[in-house]
Formats: sequence, C-alpha cells, structure tokens
Amino acid sequence: MTLHDFTATRRTFLAGAGLVIGVAIAPRFLSAAPTGVPAGGAGDLKPMNAFVKIGTDDTVTVLSKHIEFGQGPFTGLATLVAEELDAEWSQMRAVHSPTDNKIYANLAFGLQGTGGSSSIANAYEQMRKAGATARAMLVAAAAAEWKVPAAEITVEKGRIKHAASGKESGFGAFADKAASQTPPADPKLKDPKDFVLIGRDLPKLDTREKTNGTAIFTLDIMPDRLLTAVVAHPKHFGAVVKSFDDTDARKVMGVVDVKKIAQGIAVYGENTFAALKGRDALRIEWDLSKAETRSSAELAAEYVRHFDEPGLEATNTGDVAAAFRQQGLQTVEAQIVFPFLAHAPMEPLDAVFIKAADGSVDIYNGAQFPGFDQQVAAKILALDETKVRVNTQLAGGSFGRKAQFGSPYMQEAASVYAAIGGDRPLKHMWTREDDIQGGFYRPMYAHKMRGAIDADGRITAWEQIIVGQSIMAKADLDSTSVEGASNLPYRIPNLKVTSHNVTLPIPPLWWRSVGHTHTGFAVETFVDELLTRVGRDPVDGRLALLDPASRHAGVLRKAAEMSDWGATPAEGRARGVAVVESFGSFVAQVAEVSVGPDGAPRVHKVWCAVDCGVAVNPNIIKAQMEGGIGYGLGAVLFDAVTLGKGGRIMQSNFHDYRSIRINEMPDVAVEIIRSTEKPTGVGEPGVPPIGPAVANAWRKLTNAPVRQLPIVSIMSS
Amino acid sequence: MVTFTLNGKERTFDGDPDTPLLWVIRDFEKLTGTKYGCGVAQCGACTVHLDGMPRRSCITPIATIDGSDVVTIEGISGKEAEAVQTAWTGLDVPQCGYCQSGQIMSAVALLQMVPNPTDDEIDGAMTGNLCRCATYHRIRAAIHNAANSMEG
Repeated sequence: MTLHDFTATRRTFLAGAGLVIGVAIAPRFLSAAPTGVPAGGAGDLKPMNAFVKIGTDDTVTVLSKHIEFGQGPFTGLATLVAEELDAEWSQMRAVHSPTDNKIYANLAFGLQGTGGSSSIANAYEQMRKAGATARAMLVAAAAAEWKVPAAEITVEKGRIKHAASGKESGFGAFADKAASQTPPADPKLKDPKDFVLIGRDLPKLDTREKTNGTAIFTLDIMPDRLLTAVVAHPKHFGAVVKSFDDTDARKVMGVVDVKKIAQGIAVYGENTFAALKGRDALRIEWDLSKAETRSSAELAAEYVRHFDEPGLEATNTGDVAAAFRQQGLQTVEAQIVFPFLAHAPMEPLDAVFIKAADGSVDIYNGAQFPGFDQQVAAKILALDETKVRVNTQLAGGSFGRKAQFGSPYMQEAASVYAAIGGDRPLKHMWTREDDIQGGFYRPMYAHKMRGAIDADGRITAWEQIIVGQSIMAKADLDSTSVEGASNLPYRIPNLKVTSHNVTLPIPPLWWRSVGHTHTGFAVETFVDELLTRVGRDPVDGRLALLDPASRHAGVLRKAAEMSDWGATPAEGRARGVAVVESFGSFVAQVAEVSVGPDGAPRVHKVWCAVDCGVAVNPNIIKAQMEGGIGYGLGAVLFDAVTLGKGGRIMQSNFHDYRSIRINEMPDVAVEIIRSTEKPTGVGEPGVPPIGPAVANAWRKLTNAPVRQLPIVSIMSS
Repeated sequence: MVTFTLNGKERTFDGDPDTPLLWVIRDFEKLTGTKYGCGVAQCGACTVHLDGMPRRSCITPIATIDGSDVVTIEGISGKEAEAVQTAWTGLDVPQCGYCQSGQIMSAVALLQMVPNPTDDEIDGAMTGNLCRCATYHRIRAAIHNAANSMEG
C-alpha cells in the first residue's frame, strides 16, 4: 500500500475533539528540495493517522500542525502523542505537517494557524487521541500476529509486550500492519495521575540541530539555479513609486533583472549580495500624495483629543459618572502613550519558490497561517490552490509577525516571483531595514485613566479610555484593544472602559500578547498608583481587590513568596509587582530595579509565578517565561518605531531599534503553580507583567510614574 | 581572486570583491549555519572565527580576508566547542535557534581566551550577539557550565 492509496481509503472523524484520523499524508510534501531539520525518522514511515507516523526503525514522527519558532510545539505536541502511545522519549521526532486548513486546523481558530498561545491548549486532547489511536492500532496488529487477546497486551516505553506468552516487540516491526488496522472510534485517554511523560522536563527535540548549525530555516534553502530578490520599499507608509531609474542597478555584477511591483522595485540577483548592491544603486522617486505625513508626536496629539469624545463601550458596570460626583473623593488621573513596536524576529521575512516539472509550485516559508499563504500565492501565481504547496519551515522567531490575515508578506513575495516568471527557483527576502520599516506594528495607543478613592480609602470607580488602531480592522469595538482592561480582575464597584478606533495608513498587527502589551501596563501601573495613594502595599492591596480563590491571587501570592516581598531590598533598589492574565494563563512578576550608571533602569532580578494549568513540559514553560520577560523588558526600556517630521520612519536596524542584550538581562526565577486545569499557553503570557513591574519599581525609586514608553527614550529626549 | 581557508579547506573566490564574507559562506560555499540578521554588525548572528578571533562576517568584505583562516559553526572543534555545545544542549538553550550559531561562535571564542569567565567577562564577549527570544539567561548559565566542565 502506498501513501496515496492510504489517503483515499479511510477517513474518519472523531466526534468531540475533532480528531481526523486515518487521513494519510500525501507524500508530495517530502518532494522538491530540502526539508527542515530536525527530520522525522529515517526509516520507512507508516502513517497511523494525520499526526503520527511510525517508522520501521521504531521512530515515531509527530506531524506538528503548529509552526516551531521557539515556543516549543514540536516537543510539546510530541510529548502529548508519546504519553498516550506509551513511547520512549528517545524514539520521538517531529516535523511540520503539510498545509491543510481542515485536517490541521487550529481547533481554536477553525483553520490552520499558530497564535494566541493556543498550540498546547487546542492540541491537548487531539494529540493525545492521536497517540492513543496509534497505540490501539499497534496493539491490534500485535494481537493479530501473536494470536492473543488485545486486552492482554501492554505497552510501555516503546515496547509492546504480552506477558503470558513472553512475546515482546518494538513499534517498528508492527508499523506496517498497524497502519492497516481500523482505528478505534474513541480511544481511551489516560487519567492525568498516570502520566509518565507529561509534566517532565523532557529534552527538546530541536535543540541538537539548533546547536550545531544544521537546523534549516527558510533562508537556508538553496536549490540549484536559485535567484535571490529584494525589494526597495518606501520610507513613508502609503507611498508608491512615481518613477525609478535602474541603470546603475543593472550594471551591478550579478544583477539579473529589475521589476516594478505594487510594493516597490524588485531587484533579482544571482546571489544575495548582488541583489542588495543592486537595490542600493536604484534611484527611486516616491509619490507621497497618499502617504502618512504626520509625525508620531502629531499622531499622539490627535489621539489624546479622542478622550473627550464618546467612545465604544467595552465595559460599564455600576455608575461611574455618579461615583465620581461623590463628595470627599480623591481622584487620580493618568495618561499613557504607547509607541508603535516592530516584532523584529531574528530571521526577517523570507520565502523560497520552486517550480515543479508539472508547473505546480512549492513554497518554503515560516508559515504561521499556511492556508492563507497558499490561497494568496495561488491567486497571484494564477494556479489552482492544489498546485501550490506551502511547506512550513522552522522560523527564526515571529512574535506575531508571521500571522497575518490575507498574508500581505506572501502577496509581495509571490508578486516578486510572478513578475520574473521563468523556471528558476527564487528566494525573496527582507532585510532588517525592510523589517523595522515594514509596518504591521503593535499599534500606537493612548490610555486615559481616572480613579476615585473615597474618604475611607476605598477605590470606588475606575474609568479607562483607550485610543488606537483596531488590529482586527473593526469599525465597532475591537476586543483586542481592550482585553485586560474590560475584564479588570479587581473588584471595583464602578467600572467603565471605552475605546476609540483610529484609522491610519500604517498597517497594524498583533505583537506578542496583543492587547495585553498595553492594557497590562496601563492597568497594573495605575492600580499600583491608586494603592500607593491609599497607603496600601502593592501585593496586599491587590489581593484585597481580588477574589482570594482566583488564579490571579494564586500567582500573586506565589511571586510574593518567591521574592520574599516583605523583605527590604538592597540599598538603592526597589521592587515592583504586576499580575496579568492573558490567553487563559496567569502570570505574576516581581522585578527588582535600581537606577543604572547611565540613569536608565537596571533590572537585577525577576521572580515569576505562572499558572497555565497542567504543565506539559515545565522546562519549556520556564524558558517561555524567561524569554517573555526579556522580550517585554527590551520593548518597555528601549523600543519604539517613530515617524519623524513629514512621516518618515525614523528607525531602520538594531542600532536604533534597540533590543535587550545579555548585559541587560535580569536573573530570572520561575515557579509553576501545580494545577489540574486544562493546559493553557505560555508563548505570550510572560510578556505583559514585566513592563508594569519595572515601571512600578521605577516610580518607587524616582517618584516619577512612567507615562510614555519606552522608558529610556523619554529620559534621553 | 581571494584565497582563504574555510573549515580547514582552501577555497577561492573570484566574484565581486565587495561581497561580505557572510554571503560568500552562505551563497557560494552553501554553509548555512552562519545567519544573516542585520547586515550592519549589530546582531552577531553572522559571527565566525577569523584567524581565531570572532568576527562579524556581514561587514567583512571578502577582499580583506585573503590568506585568512575562517571557521564557521560547521567547522568548530576542540574542547571549548565540545564543552559549549554540550552545555547548550544540556540546558536546552535555543528557542527559535536562528541566532544560536553566532552565540556559540562567540562563546567558544570567549572560552578559548578566558577559560573561566566571570559574568562581566561573559557580558563583554556576548553583548554583540542579539537573541530576540531572549535566551540570555540560559546562555550565561551554559557558558558557566561549559567552563566548569573543562576544569574537571
């Protein structure tokens, strides 16, 4: 039986978790050029279902429907499969699944995609069922071969055993016969108390290749006769090419062609440097008539004017207006302006196109929404979608950048490929400058907050107005603008949260933790100010406003305990705390900060407590908290994309879009709350609390609340 | 014509002499462990060893390295390299992994010069290597672990 035969024969949908089993993988995704590393098993791989293949060499290869860009789905999803398959960890492998919006749908989205810290959460039962199904098929095959009842067969650490007869085998010997077994309709899953792999610090499946230089990313795909193309983009959002002169560009050694596309001017080279040098030699006149010509400062001034206009209501409980009219109140006000933020993944956006002999096209890219990439590329290349195969590759980070409705990046890349035509493979790549200046930023936001404290020191009212672009391009309320504020965890009797959508020619996008990047900061710094005003300790005061049984309170108490919150920090240091729920995970952080020799905040230590339900791989959870803290800290200290006078984008590379460096990284301690709740994600939730925790410490140190981000640029301006 | 040694083998290059070493290594020699991240020596993803010293290959024109010895992540060897890679694996340092070749090249060069570095010495040697996943906490720990393992 070939894989093709297998595809057609059995298609079964399991009710409930939506597991599609018995749908084999067409072998074509293994065709064309190089595949990503780590590779699956080396043996003859037999598909047990859409997610699991067992090799005759005993390897078990998990097809990850989620892209691996450091957050750990290869290891996490393989752990879930291995647990129910009773495999040995050393036999597990993982690869990216092919593109299929149905079979490989993110169950939280309804189409294939990675985001919202949802990989483990949506795959938790699905992957366990995939493992349990494969196990049952192996057992059935062994039972038939050994002529013993299936119920007498046990599986442990990758060995199939029948105690009474003394028969024993690895998985590989039964891979072929298991593949033709009828999968069970509803495989039984383990009771969590019987887990042997889930909850352990299993070593990651992709570490070795990422340590010896053999891991293949999109940029590393180099088929023969490859052309490399870069595009000259405008320095103003909304600008288009008025005219261009490519005379000098075409003289550059190795430049093959120059083409105008909607996004700019594409230069094609025999190698990367030829394309880059050719691009530098272009002379382009841009038409700015429809471009954004306002500066960031001018935009901020316009944002603030919306505060006095009626907004879109997100939350309105109690009677805020009446509460603010009470006698004897203290009111506290704050306005905070957040800048545009670029994601700046280490690997800028890129894609490789290879035409097959039959005219179909393989695309290799770090596809976060591969189905969209496929649809967009098929349209631009004038091919049927079935003739375009998106082969997801390991990606050098994303932080939200590669998850885009309508795949605007793929529109450019496919247009560059289509414009030159021909049969040569093509790599389209962005440089760091394209990346920093390419838009799709975390939008700029302005928040206005007002709090009321009554004569008895109780916080009686909270009003918050949020102004910024709608990431979801909505005319009405966009929940991603207000999440974290509209569902304020603190019990304040009168709460009103409104928002205003601003439209700009600067394309917005979600950025690691989405709305919580700004609401977490605004809420957690403002509640801290209110608590200071009423003389409450930041931890005790928050706990008094929280439901004591809440998971917010649980992580807050844990972080306080870890940091010995009541103790006096060393001379010159102060501590700040913040607690934020995002994507169903709860994170509290305590940051210990001093004023550094350059006058900027120096963060010495961060204590972090996380509650993300069942901890599938504690080591990965800790790594995501460490990384989230570093990513969030870098942004709050240093990062802004700003538009200067006339709307020109002012930053271009890592020298002026700063990233945190090793000498600025605090020591981090992470503890995970033990939980039997279903697992929730960890890719994003480590980010939101660090900014406000540092800002709260900074206010203690300097008496100056942080009203504009990043902290360091305000100090230098 | 530029002649140099790459991972122990003599190589020649007769293309555009302005071509940075990074693109010679990647596009012409097809060694892809060395990465592009910024092109302006701000991120360290392109770090190689040039005559034994860490060098940002993205700003090193090929014409300037005639007669030099270049080692990339694919060619590193010796006790420091082994100790660093073992320590990296032991702590599962990489997340997305894209910057890690450069991190490891810088770390190996550090240990070759300073067998048991302090935190300040680690900062001094590693500050030029960005990691947007911010794996710094583990990089530091792994360098200490590697140093300790070589002492024994």
